[in-house]
Amino acid sequence: MFLAKVIGTVVASRKDEGLHGRTLLLIQPLKTDRTPSGKPLVAIDSVGAGVTEEVFYVRGREASFPFLPAEVPADAAIVGIVDQWSTA
Amino acid sequence: MILARVVGTVVATRKDDRLMGAKLLLVRQVDPRGQDESTYMVAVDTVDAGGNDKVLIVTGSSARMASGLKDCPVDAAIVGVIDSVEVKE
Repeated sequence: MFLAKVIGTVVASRKDEGLHGRTLLLIQPLKTDRTPSGKPLVAIDSVGAGVTEEVFYVRGREASFPFLPAEVPADAAIVGIVDQWSTA
Repeated sequence: MILARVVGTVVATRKDDRLMGAKLLLVRQVDPRGQDESTYMVAVDTVDAGGNDKVLIVTGSSARMASGLKDCPVDAAIVGVIDSVEVKE
C-alpha cells in the first residue's frame, strides 16, 4: 500500500457497470515528508474518504477486492484513512 | 486508474482470437488539468468512447475486470468517459 492525499473528485456518467455507484477520487501519492511522489491518479474509494484527507491505497488487481463479490474494474482503491504516521 | 484523452484508433486484422471484435483506441495520458503527458497507450474501449473524449483507463490485470474482457490478453481498458475533474489543492 502507498500513502496519498485526496486532492479532488472525478465525475463520469458513462462508465463500466462495475463502477456504477462508486466514488472516484483524485489522489496524489506522497513521500513521508508529505511532498508529492509521482503523478496524481484516480482511485476508487472504499472507506468514505474526502478531499484533503490523507489515505493509503492499494494498487493492482487487489484494488477490486474491497468490493467483492461485485466485479469492479479498479487498479487503485483507497482502503484506509490515515490518522497519523511517523518515521523512526 | 489514469486520465487520458482519445487521440486515435488502432486497426489490426491479425490478432489474438480473444481480441476479435474489440475496439482498440490510441489514448494519451493527461494530467488532472487536462494537459497532455508523454505516455501513449493502446486501450480496449468498453464504454463507446469517441474522438477526443477524456476517459478513465484501468491498467494491468485489473483491465480484465472490465465488462466483456474476462480472460482477454488486455492490460489497458477504457472504463469511463469523464464529465469533469475537480482539483482542490
